[in-house]
Amino acid sequence: MDVLATALPALGDAWALILQPVVLGYLILGVVMGLAVGVFPGLGGIAGLSLLLPFMFGMEPVLGLALMIGMVAVVPTSDTFASVLMGIPGSSASQATVLDGFPLAKKGQAARALSAAFTSSLFGGLMGALFLTVFILVARPLVLAFGLPEMLMITVLGLSMVAVLAGRVALKGLAAAGLGLLIGTIGEADAGGSLRMASYDIPYLTDGLKLVIVGLGIFAVPEIVSLLRQDRSIAKDAKLGAGWSEGVRDWFANKWLSLRCSLIGVVVGVIPGLGGSVVDWIAYGHAVQTTRDKSNFGKGEIRGVIGPESSNNAKEGGGLVPTLLFGIPGSGSMAIFIGAIALLGSGDIEVGPAMLRDNLDITYSIVWLLALANVVGTLLCIAASGGIAKLTTIRFTYLAPFLFMLISFAAFQSGQNFEDILALFVIGLIGIFLRRFDWSRPAFLIGFVLSNPVEKFSNQAFQIASFRFRKSFEEGMDYLFSPIVIVLIIVTVVSVVLGIRQAKTIMAEGDVQSGSKRAPMIFLLVIIAYIVAALINASMIPDYNLTDKIVPLVVGGISLACCLIMLVQMMVRPETDVIFADKEIFGEDADAPYGLWSTLGWFAALIVGTWFVGFILALIGFMISFLRVRAGASWSKTLILTACGVALMCVMAGALNRDFPPGLLQGAVDLPWPLN
Amino acid sequence: MTIKTLATTAAVLLAATSVSADVDLSGETVEWVIPFSETGGSAKWANFFAPLLSEQLPGNPTVVVKFMPGAGSTKGANWFQEQEHDEGTLLFGTSGSTQFPFLLGDPRVRYEYSDWVPVMASGTGGVAYLNPEDGAKFDGSANNLQDVDFIYGSQGATRLDLVPLLAWEMLGMNVEPVFGIKGRGDGRLMFERGEANIDYQTSSAYLGASADLVADGRAVAMMTWGALDEDGNIVRDPTFPDIPTFKEVCEATEGCETSGEAWDAWKAFFIAGFPVQKIAFLPAGTPDDVRDAYVAAFEAVRSADGFAERAAQQVGKYPVFVGPGAARATVAGTTVSDEAKAFVTNWLQEAYGVSLK
Repeated sequence: MDVLATALPALGDAWALILQPVVLGYLILGVVMGLAVGVFPGLGGIAGLSLLLPFMFGMEPVLGLALMIGMVAVVPTSDTFASVLMGIPGSSASQATVLDGFPLAKKGQAARALSAAFTSSLFGGLMGALFLTVFILVARPLVLAFGLPEMLMITVLGLSMVAVLAGRVALKGLAAAGLGLLIGTIGEADAGGSLRMASYDIPYLTDGLKLVIVGLGIFAVPEIVSLLRQDRSIAKDAKLGAGWSEGVRDWFANKWLSLRCSLIGVVVGVIPGLGGSVVDWIAYGHAVQTTRDKSNFGKGEIRGVIGPESSNNAKEGGGLVPTLLFGIPGSGSMAIFIGAIALLGSGDIEVGPAMLRDNLDITYSIVWLLALANVVGTLLCIAASGGIAKLTTIRFTYLAPFLFMLISFAAFQSGQNFEDILALFVIGLIGIFLRRFDWSRPAFLIGFVLSNPVEKFSNQAFQIASFRFRKSFEEGMDYLFSPIVIVLIIVTVVSVVLGIRQAKTIMAEGDVQSGSKRAPMIFLLVIIAYIVAALINASMIPDYNLTDKIVPLVVGGISLACCLIMLVQMMVRPETDVIFADKEIFGEDADAPYGLWSTLGWFAALIVGTWFVGFILALIGFMISFLRVRAGASWSKTLILTACGVALMCVMAGALNRDFPPGLLQGAVDLPWPLN
Repeated sequence: MTIKTLATTAAVLLAATSVSADVDLSGETVEWVIPFSETGGSAKWANFFAPLLSEQLPGNPTVVVKFMPGAGSTKGANWFQEQEHDEGTLLFGTSGSTQFPFLLGDPRVRYEYSDWVPVMASGTGGVAYLNPEDGAKFDGSANNLQDVDFIYGSQGATRLDLVPLLAWEMLGMNVEPVFGIKGRGDGRLMFERGEANIDYQTSSAYLGASADLVADGRAVAMMTWGALDEDGNIVRDPTFPDIPTFKEVCEATEGCETSGEAWDAWKAFFIAGFPVQKIAFLPAGTPDDVRDAYVAAFEAVRSADGFAERAAQQVGKYPVFVGPGAARATVAGTTVSDEAKAFVTNWLQEAYGVSLK
């Protein structure tokens, strides 16, 4: 009752603070800015908040909070546009949405998918806030109960989703996840600083690959190239099937799924150090496991959209708990948020343990501003979804140059290096072949995303456990096998067993036919070659840095074993076997009027052009020649579209104070912005 | 800041350094590049100073903070080394994590501090604390802590954590670092969860969160790293006058010496990492008038009304050096004797197997 006695007045104060017209005005302003930034893949809350920071200094706290929260809250909502319409995962929070959202768009049901997603987001956001209002007062012991073994088990639970998403050949899915894990270890190890598959001569690789680039490369590039080759619109026959109201009804029919997934979102979001990368996969796995007829997953199942979208906004609310209670940011944007709060007003609001004691009203304002921002943002998004969904009816050849432009720019923003764009191209190539030979791309991405947590938590948990065991056997066992860990182990085992049984019916790439032996075999050999190289490289790390080599060795060994078994299978099985799945044999890709390499050549040309003359000049040349030659547009149309594209880039980069990749020309001559 | 004090300060500085009136940055955008991500302490530091600097620079240019993270700030510093003076619209901020690889001869370092033009420097301090159980055995010396197995969440032995790790080793304590955490906040959480039983935080983070733990009896403050007086002696940290310094604890502990090569090496790296932790630089080849304009602006920022209170909350109660003071601080923060360097390199190799080749 004590708790209630302090909470209720604070809650009342918070509402009194929020419900002022000027506060709501700032909130809406923030929401609109957040939507504008969030629609573009690769630019999320970090870019937007950095833009707001200079204005925060000395600002009235509640106004500043409204502005910032408005912006942060809608990013996981608005990046759904890119996931559903273009198959581009806008941020780590919307990776799983792509799996079923994009196929729905291809069926002409983009508006339905979008509005179902937005309604789920709204519900998730509100559930998150409601839950937090009570939970934040008692959250501290729970958060502290999640030690390293518990976090490791949550990560493993996320990894176990690979079982569901592995595709028809389980070994292939496992190998794809292993490859993702291995690629995630590239660069300087966190623990001992050893280099894995990198060299100080190529500084770019020492930092490892960024999630934005891998997400875009694995999902966006293959889809863009495939659609471009087929020369059609995203929605087949350029028709819009279902409207936005249907999506809202879909959500209502699945409200219990939405509720369960929002709870998953809040609870996983609360645990610091995990962030959003596992939440949507766990929610997706849950949606699959609780659906009776699983045959539609990967082909456009609305439950596959509602699950992850309910969880990712709820996660933002959950993520506030470690941020506010412990002063530990759950994500990059939360980190800036913490810094910005310190600038507000007289600078005496300090995020951290004292927050609940001294500023409970501000804490509640934050929680409920987040919920309100969700409502405002969702309503705006739903209103816009019908119109924006029309994009899917445009002939894709007109969209493609803009998408190449956007993903190149987004990739460059992740590290401000020319190599970012190059890495995007190389990962894109891997993505294209994974897709072609029906290797599970979601499994690869899950592996990549969880590579770092798996390595970090297992090493650290192992180290601490070994100290405990040194003290006494019981103490070590108590540390490793806490009740939470045991529950998580049971959940993981159940989900793997169920997952493997279901995997065969979930075909993320559709029904891919088999034909010749040669191409799938060459691809497998290339992968084996990389795994062997990574294994040799890891084994050369000296033994005192065992922490840096153990994970690449174990993961590489398992992946290699999978690949070798597959190699044997390929030798003995007939070429019609499912293991030889190849999209170029039969289906949309095989019938496409344009070849793979000539299409990819356009993207390569943009990159090469950037290397020589910088991004903007290369973009002008690329757009003009692409629209004239490939799309066969008239000169006037070509010039107007090119001008629009370049103007869009300049306005966006100018407003957010971002640079473009410079080329050799810029190294030799000084040019004015935006040409520099 | 009243106009009068601004005018006085400006006048004093005009007289002192004869600023040419040519420097005018109106309409320009000054980019303050931070070689870390948006989430770190350096970001907080630059974001705190940027709007203040904008108000004081001639012509009130927009000051934007840009982030160029990579390789623990080595990437950004290597980039800055290549930059040339361009109308004074580029500023660069380093931290202890930029200084340490430079001092230790990390093979990736391609930058040279002495080429750059320092305009402002500021420092911080640090506090180490123990869990209550072992804290009860702490009596101002580490004599009763010799048999305890300590676990510490560390960002890496070659980073700022070098200073606490070496200090604990000199006290004869058995501290096992668990490497691979991403920030000191994660270390504190590990401590609160009971997985680690010793921790340290820089001053602002200690005040923000750990001080509460100490007040609630869930942690026991052990020692600060101290602060430097005018003559370069280690004295009590002004932010924490009640907590003994490492020097005092060392003196009280059997087998710990406040002289000799270990002590000299520790002190050298402490000076490089804490009292001169963050420095703002203009690129090599910056003309004196531009430098003086920046020095004057930072001087005005530092002497503004209410600056001390805000700074205490944001970046800690530590001196802000400008102009010649910043230049002296930079020299102090970026030079260690060959003996100290050799000692630390050898110790890193022996204790943690870290080789900086």
